[in-house]
Amino acid sequence: MSEKLFMKGNEALAEGAVRAGCRFFAGYPITPQNEVPEYMSWRLPEVGGTFIQAESEVAAINMLFGASAVGTRTMTSSSSPGISLKQEGISYCASAELPIFYSNIVRGGPGLGNIAPAQGDYFQSTRGGGHGDYRVFVMAPKSVSEMANFPRKCYEVAFKYRIPTMILADGILGQMMEPLEFDFEPIDPNTLPLPSWALRGTNGGERRTVKSYDLRPSAMEAWNFRLEKKYNEIIEKEVKFETVKIEDADIILAAYGTAARICESALMLGRREGLKIGLVRPITVWPFPTQVFRDLARRVRKFLVVEMSLGQFVEDVQLSINGKAEIHLHKRPAGGIPTGEEVLEVTRKVLAGDESKVFARP
Amino acid sequence: MEKIVFEQTSGLTDVPMRYCPGCGHGIVHRLVAECFTELGMKEKTIGVAPVGCSVFADEYFNVDMIQGAHGRGPAIATGIKRNRPECLVFSYQGDGDLASIGMAETIHAAARSENITIIFINNAIYGMTGGQMAPTTLIGMKSSTSPYGRTIAANGYPIRVCELLAALDGPVFLERTSVDKPAAVVKTKKAIRRAFQYQIEKRGFTLVEILSQCPTDWAMQPLQSLERIRNEMIPYFPLGVYKEPADSKSSVMSDEPVVAEKKE
Repeated sequence: MSEKLFMKGNEALAEGAVRAGCRFFAGYPITPQNEVPEYMSWRLPEVGGTFIQAESEVAAINMLFGASAVGTRTMTSSSSPGISLKQEGISYCASAELPIFYSNIVRGGPGLGNIAPAQGDYFQSTRGGGHGDYRVFVMAPKSVSEMANFPRKCYEVAFKYRIPTMILADGILGQMMEPLEFDFEPIDPNTLPLPSWALRGTNGGERRTVKSYDLRPSAMEAWNFRLEKKYNEIIEKEVKFETVKIEDADIILAAYGTAARICESALMLGRREGLKIGLVRPITVWPFPTQVFRDLARRVRKFLVVEMSLGQFVEDVQLSINGKAEIHLHKRPAGGIPTGEEVLEVTRKVLAGDESKVFARP
Repeated sequence: MEKIVFEQTSGLTDVPMRYCPGCGHGIVHRLVAECFTELGMKEKTIGVAPVGCSVFADEYFNVDMIQGAHGRGPAIATGIKRNRPECLVFSYQGDGDLASIGMAETIHAAARSENITIIFINNAIYGMTGGQMAPTTLIGMKSSTSPYGRTIAANGYPIRVCELLAALDGPVFLERTSVDKPAAVVKTKKAIRRAFQYQIEKRGFTLVEILSQCPTDWAMQPLQSLERIRNEMIPYFPLGVYKEPADSKSSVMSDEPVVAEKKE
């Protein structure tokens, strides 16, 4: 379908977005995601798109608010502190039902933290992130290939449901180079129909409004229930996850993104020793693949959650398992990166009955 | 035979406005609507409503409208205009929105010379939230957060937006007007029309600052509030053109409608 490429994660992400029809990017420099705006600054003009280096993350997200309201496929990118700044605008997009796409190449926090890879923004990403009741469709790639190919799915969901969508990655996924192939043909957004809600001037027809407020409490309550209905449909239809060797597993490793990639190594090493290790990797972290954990907890007694944060992702695993199995947690926050051997060692101990990392018991 | 000397522009909806008696917003709304209608752009206009008293502008202008976050109108308008360059795009903002929380967006949209028009209502007060001090509140003026009157020591100086923006190369047209008397209203309409005309000609960033009265939050009778504009605001915020294209003297800026309003 397409040629084999060798790219840096951030550049693959940008190229993937362009091929998925992105024609407007606004962003502000922050490490470790600078390759995304840098790439867009030369690539978008090639396809007739617009790149703006905004004066701030706040301005960038609001440029997207305007640009997506006229139906354009838009993108912004940032890293943790910058994503915090964008949250008000993302909340507005969620309420006004604007289909924006953005990426968070997570770094260590809280505060300025550092520029090391981390997963500390899980709660912010999966719980909405800004003010009010809303959710964002969140995909968590584990490879450069997925960085390149996930933007297409994000735009598809964004426009189908009119919801903000994001890619949750980290400095490793952004900075490393890997071979990749695109699994889709480039999309020319000019061939797509302009959505009926997109502003363009009335041209003699009915006028349209895009807004995020209704001062009447009953109307705003109904507005929220309307959004909820949409979220429920996404939970029902858009969950994505990957499993590895779960069929005969005595223990399930649970992790997303980079941590899941590391768990794959631990699994392969452990299987060579005869340890029956399985892995569940949520690809969408919202909506969360609750059912696969629920089903596995009927027969697997032990789950080991590995995350590069202090126990955020584990809460979703716990909610899914709901007291039906033992959950252990191996956590490495703010730049701590576990190795495969390290995860395997913890796995061995848990299988041997060590309870020093117990997070929840049945 | 009877002659129609005034009628409501089709650029406004029939929704009753919620503005207080004596407020300047209603007048400016009408002028903006008349201008884009008379320029033949009504069906190609996209307006950005702010946060503040004029948050409801999305209900009042009879064009495609978007209401966005507090102070971010210039960024939102940027996103719209870059993707719909054929549309007339205006951002309607108050003083707290534009000159306080949104100052960065204002200055940078101006510096980029985004081809948008900002309608800036300066009434020296936060109206919607109940009369707090604004970045344009005058020295000595009382507000609900400067109950003893604004002091230089505690609050610093009011910001003159046109003068500030005139220091940049980006803006093409900047004018400050008022709506305290009929002649001033006529002048304000001309300024808005010029700004829109320059945008249509793809010249770049335009802004019209309009000194407007807020009798409610100034705790004044409407007539008193008009006096304050003349006696206190205009001396600190002088009216006039702060920036205009070099060829503006020779260019013909007709007052005549390009398109006559269709009679229903």
